[in-house]
Amino acid sequence: MNLLTIIFFDAINYAATLFLLSVGLTVVFGVMRILNVSHGGIYALGAYMGTWLALWVLEVDLPPVLTYLMLLLGALIVGFLLGPIIERLLLRRIYGSDMHIQLLLTFSILLILDDGMKLIWGMEPLFISEPYSMLGRFKVGGIIYPWYDFVLVGVAVVFGAALVWMVRATRFGKLVIAVIADREVSQAIGINVNLIFTVAFTVGALAAALGGAFVAPKIAVVPQFALEVVVLAFAVIAIGGMGSIEGAAIGAIVVSFARALAIHLAPEVELMAVYLIMILVLVVRPQGLFGEVELRRI
Amino acid sequence: MIAADDLNIEVANGELVGIVGANGSGKTTFLNLITGYLRPESGRILVMGQDTTDLAPRELAKRGVARSFQIPQLYTNMTVLEGVLLSLAASSGESSNFWRPLHRDPWQAEAWEMLDRFGLEPYANRPVSELPEGGRKLLDIALSFALKPTLLVMDEPTSGVSIEDKFQVMDTLVGVLREGDITTIFVEHDMDVVQRYGKRVLVFDTGRVVADGEPESVLAQPEVRRAVLGHE
Amino acid sequence: MMNWRALPRAGVAAAALLIVVPPFLPGWILFVLTKAMFMFIAVMGVSVLLRGGLLTFGHALYYATGAYAVGFCVKWLGVRELIFLIPLGALAGFIMAALVGVVMARYREVFFAMLNLAFSMMLFGALLKLYWVTGGTDGLAIGTATLAGIRLTGDSFGYYYFSLAMVGIVTLVVYRFMASPAGYFLRAMYDNEIRIEYSGVAVRQVVYRTYLLAGTLGGVAGVLAAFTIGHIVPEDAFWIQSGEFVFVALLGGFGGVPGPMLGALVFEFLQTYASKYFPLAWQMMMGIIMLLIILFQPGGLWAIYQRIEARLTGKDRGGDHH
Repeated sequence: MNLLTIIFFDAINYAATLFLLSVGLTVVFGVMRILNVSHGGIYALGAYMGTWLALWVLEVDLPPVLTYLMLLLGALIVGFLLGPIIERLLLRRIYGSDMHIQLLLTFSILLILDDGMKLIWGMEPLFISEPYSMLGRFKVGGIIYPWYDFVLVGVAVVFGAALVWMVRATRFGKLVIAVIADREVSQAIGINVNLIFTVAFTVGALAAALGGAFVAPKIAVVPQFALEVVVLAFAVIAIGGMGSIEGAAIGAIVVSFARALAIHLAPEVELMAVYLIMILVLVVRPQGLFGEVELRRI
Repeated sequence: MIAADDLNIEVANGELVGIVGANGSGKTTFLNLITGYLRPESGRILVMGQDTTDLAPRELAKRGVARSFQIPQLYTNMTVLEGVLLSLAASSGESSNFWRPLHRDPWQAEAWEMLDRFGLEPYANRPVSELPEGGRKLLDIALSFALKPTLLVMDEPTSGVSIEDKFQVMDTLVGVLREGDITTIFVEHDMDVVQRYGKRVLVFDTGRVVADGEPESVLAQPEVRRAVLGHE
Repeated sequence: MMNWRALPRAGVAAAALLIVVPPFLPGWILFVLTKAMFMFIAVMGVSVLLRGGLLTFGHALYYATGAYAVGFCVKWLGVRELIFLIPLGALAGFIMAALVGVVMARYREVFFAMLNLAFSMMLFGALLKLYWVTGGTDGLAIGTATLAGIRLTGDSFGYYYFSLAMVGIVTLVVYRFMASPAGYFLRAMYDNEIRIEYSGVAVRQVVYRTYLLAGTLGGVAGVLAAFTIGHIVPEDAFWIQSGEFVFVALLGGFGGVPGPMLGALVFEFLQTYASKYFPLAWQMMMGIIMLLIILFQPGGLWAIYQRIEARLTGKDRGGDHH
């Protein structure tokens, strides 16, 4: 019973992390049909920038509460800077190219970001624990849990809901849906497709950076975790169905439960559990659990 | 929705059958059924006495059913000759040969001869992308023809071909098909083409066959003209 | 028969150079060339897949499979014989591809690329975790190979020429594959899968067969690499290794055989200099070069060479289209 509770809470916490980590990837894929491999780089950069700014707050003896603000600020800087730059300067040139060209382009960006972070912040891990420890802990079912983890669950839910609301209920969302349904027709009836793409990519980049910044206090930020992030995020959205925000949530929950079970029951296979689940789901349902069936002629 | 219903059609060996009907009358659905793209909810499809109802296009192709497409399905980055060679390799069951070259006899000789018959010889070593529309249509049929089918199904062989070239394309095709004694079913919008080349015509309307027979007599019936042309 | 006249003169000239010149080169260059040989073989696998429009971010899976097949033979059996280990590495790559390929043949594009990556990362994880078998992060020491009983150190002429001979065999195999019906159907896949299926050929089989070839080449490359470097580590299965294969394919141009060879040679020299002068920015350099190639020179270095040659000889040879 106790073990089950632990697994349950672990899974919920991790699901929040996973959702924040992958939702940007699914948004960009949904709108632009491009798998943004550099997503992991943006995520890692958000984590670095947020942590770095927050550490600066502590260094100059400002109130530690400001570290939260700094995490947010770091994410905003990264998202608003990188999003438009990458989309306008690079992605724009390869819309309509073969899928492998698009993948390779974003992969190049990942390589550059990954090394860039090493050049700026060095090879040592960057770590800030204050935002995590300040909130304290609470007890549930005989287990002690940090509040931060649960705040993160809240953040994930609010963020996911906001994105869904944006797509479903706003004018912008309707335009996005039109663009997804038919790029050419949307262009013809006067929708500024270019702008929609820039905004969508920026939203994706922001989501990635925010995810990175807010998850950072739970982990040490180390170089080269960018790619693992994007593989994990891909697993999550592939399970849920590429391009679906709700799917990302479901994927995150499925993966996190699998991982929590694996950690507690068979620790050796932790990392593999994620990939095994992905492969299993894809073999049974290639379009993912929530994805729309893409009609294949053959 | 029922796109094709209560069809009972028999086509004899070596027959050349035209299908006409208005848009949405079920012609293309019928083609998709016999080439395995769609599976009928009920009923059976027999080719040369064999039940092919549940077979996929690939399996049907192996059993001698080939089709051409309304929008030509070509290997756009290859030469015209290479495309035909690939079909010949497939029909001789050597699609997985990874050691002997594709460009070799007897395929080479056969391909050149075929391209000659289809009038595509001047384009043989040119990329498919340089073909004019009529040529694309012919190549699409040539690719199916090179599979050496016993039944060839053509979806609007002359659509997209200019009026001047239409009869020339059909003359070429029908000549080649007769020579090979290939059973052929083709869907066609153009009444003149059907009248001139079909020995038998089927008229589709709302998923059913409403007339079946020789072109002159069938196309003279007022209800057929109404169904196909929308006026008498 | 192969039409030797159809081979680009530059290819023949390069082959001659690779045979004749090395004895006159300093040791470090010979070593770099030897590394380029196994790199070429691995990249050939990636390039062949790319001809069908299939991009993989996980080809290091096969490279590491070959390398660790050697590692286990050395560790447990004390076997270092190339005559035995090359076929073994090829077989290991082939078997791995036969298993993974069952899943992979169903996918294209994004899924193909990312699932390959996931599989290779699974192997990476396993190599790290199963340290009592694999040596964990320390990896395994490989030592010196023997060829028919004669010792060949990784930086010797003998080993270089052995690698070159392997390159020769791989080149022959890939040339014949690309000229065969199977190779043409692979290219056709990039053009029109519908037509292939309606020709009675299963696209899945086309993918699967090519995948087997690519996996086998990866395995052979892994064997050669293990003895060249003398030491294998889990990073051999890491995504960066896979990324380098893709990088070289793109750098040289994956349209034919000369492109990857040119790419592999340039890559190894680049890497040698980069690790000397700016070791921390190697990936960044790869990324920037890759961006530039994608945006401005999609055919890679080989396309540049062809353009120059065409201008010099005053005629347009057309080049391979892919």
